Amino acid sequence: MTTAILNGAAHQPARAATPPRWSDAMNAEWTKLRTLRGPRWTLLAGLLATVGVGALICFFMNRNFASVVSDGKPFEPVRTSFAGLVLGQLAMVVLGVTMIGGEYASGMIRLSLTAVPNRTVFYAAKAAVLAGVTFLVGLVAAFTAFFVGQAMLGDHGVSLGAPGVLRAVLGGAVYLMLIALLSLGVATMLRRQTLALGILVPFFFLVSGILQAIPGVTAATQYLPDQAGQRFLQIHHQSKDAYGPWTGLLITVLWVAAALLGGWFVLRRRDA
Amino acid sequence: MIELRELTKRYEDKTAVDSLSFAIRPGQVTGFLGPNGAGKSTTMRLILGLDRPTGGQVLVDGRSYAQLPAPLTHIGSLLEASAAQGGRTARDHLLWLARSNRIPDRRVDQVLAAVGLQDVARKRSGGFSLGMGQRLGIAAALLGDPPVLMFDEPVNGLDPEGILWIRNLMKGLAAEGRTVFVSSHLMSEMALTADHLVVIGRGRLLADVPMEEFIDRNARSYVRIRTPQPQALLDALDSRGITAVRAPDGSWEVEGSDPAAIAALAGAGGVVLEELSPQRASLEEAFMRMTADAVEYHADATLNGVRPAADLTESATTTTGATS
Repeated sequence: MTTAILNGAAHQPARAATPPRWSDAMNAEWTKLRTLRGPRWTLLAGLLATVGVGALICFFMNRNFASVVSDGKPFEPVRTSFAGLVLGQLAMVVLGVTMIGGEYASGMIRLSLTAVPNRTVFYAAKAAVLAGVTFLVGLVAAFTAFFVGQAMLGDHGVSLGAPGVLRAVLGGAVYLMLIALLSLGVATMLRRQTLALGILVPFFFLVSGILQAIPGVTAATQYLPDQAGQRFLQIHHQSKDAYGPWTGLLITVLWVAAALLGGWFVLRRRDA
Repeated sequence: MIELRELTKRYEDKTAVDSLSFAIRPGQVTGFLGPNGAGKSTTMRLILGLDRPTGGQVLVDGRSYAQLPAPLTHIGSLLEASAAQGGRTARDHLLWLARSNRIPDRRVDQVLAAVGLQDVARKRSGGFSLGMGQRLGIAAALLGDPPVLMFDEPVNGLDPEGILWIRNLMKGLAAEGRTVFVSSHLMSEMALTADHLVVIGRGRLLADVPMEEFIDRNARSYVRIRTPQPQALLDALDSRGITAVRAPDGSWEVEGSDPAAIAALAGAGGVVLEELSPQRASLEEAFMRMTADAVEYHADATLNGVRPAADLTESATTTTGATS
């Protein structure tokens, strides 16, 4: 058995012809992601939640349009069709957290870092693969949610060609990607997926909404990553808004950058 | 070849690895021995660049780990039984690992067959037994066909068949000219596998010797004597220049003499003997003596400049504290 393993008596190293590059670290991360069932189901659940909840809200909005929409505020057809993002973004949180948290939980992180000892390359490859996958799935989710939602809204819907609409729909995909990256950064800082999920899921699902409802705090909550990001999904400027869609995107990007940098800092400094 | 130079790792309250310097050479199995908590695993993590040393350096093939272009083709390692996520199949686990270092995919099937996991290659590793998990970890270590291999406590929790398999594997790898570095807290296991021995205790180097030399030096043989007339016995022995040392249990121990000669002397002196038996201290005992001394050495660390290995190996051979 023993000698069969190997190449016979004299050991001849079978080295790769060219040293591994950046793309090899990404290839490894992509292979990791696609060979687990969890991420597939998570992404599918996120897709269905985003489209399904959006369609449902649009359907009832259309039936009770006059009573729901007050006259002072311009109606937001795109954002209404993205109502399911509140639920869909949780899938992104789970994916972003488990992508690194699963490695810490199983101890595989040590194997990963012996294979790719440059931690910046390892982390960047992970972030790049996560960004690519969530953006693509986000595109499918955003366009499907938009078209289904607008169909449900009937006369109150808008076409993709209307001003600001394409930007807002693409924004849905960008938003989902950014939430996933934020979660990756937070999980890398905390290094424990249960802890990261325990903080992020209630935050995105509950806390942000509750804070928003507290008078006096509302103004500040506009700067939270989810609310700022969702501003990018609006096509009209609402009277309560302190800033426009692009500023909203910038604010979310800054949150994400801070989380990713924090994770990078911790990953580089700490023993694995 | 792995080279440690004054390698040190300090945590806030303790020094896990204390200026370790030694080299692990190719073509032999080097056993890395120490009691639990001696710093073996920390040393191995330092070698792999997983932990950052507080001082000193460690080189693999003349380079620090981070500088190895495709590290898995230089050094393969098994740190813990299953560093795999249970939801992934054995084959997929090796596949991502291979791709990270540009190792061809066909190598994955080769190593799976080599460790005997080909039939469960497409089963998820979460359902594997401890032994199968260990084999998967070894397959990962062999993936890059590296000249240096490192295993941390590879036989822990394995059944006798698995232990034998790993033992033969390590010997086979060394016979091919590879560097094999394997840790254990069991001297008896090392005695069967290793050609060379590196012993640490409390993060310090205690011995760096060929196995044979360690056995010669430490497998102390002596004769145990019990008598109600100790003074008469000592006088009788002293007439031939033989010295006996009193053991804590009240018996006497004589080194470098055989029972027949002692019986003759005792008989001539009219000494009554209650016991006269040849004894051989086990290697396990020698190892425990050596590491027990390490604790003492650590407590009064005033012997600066004295190479601990030489100092302690010597004191271990002359200590008479061993009881049977």
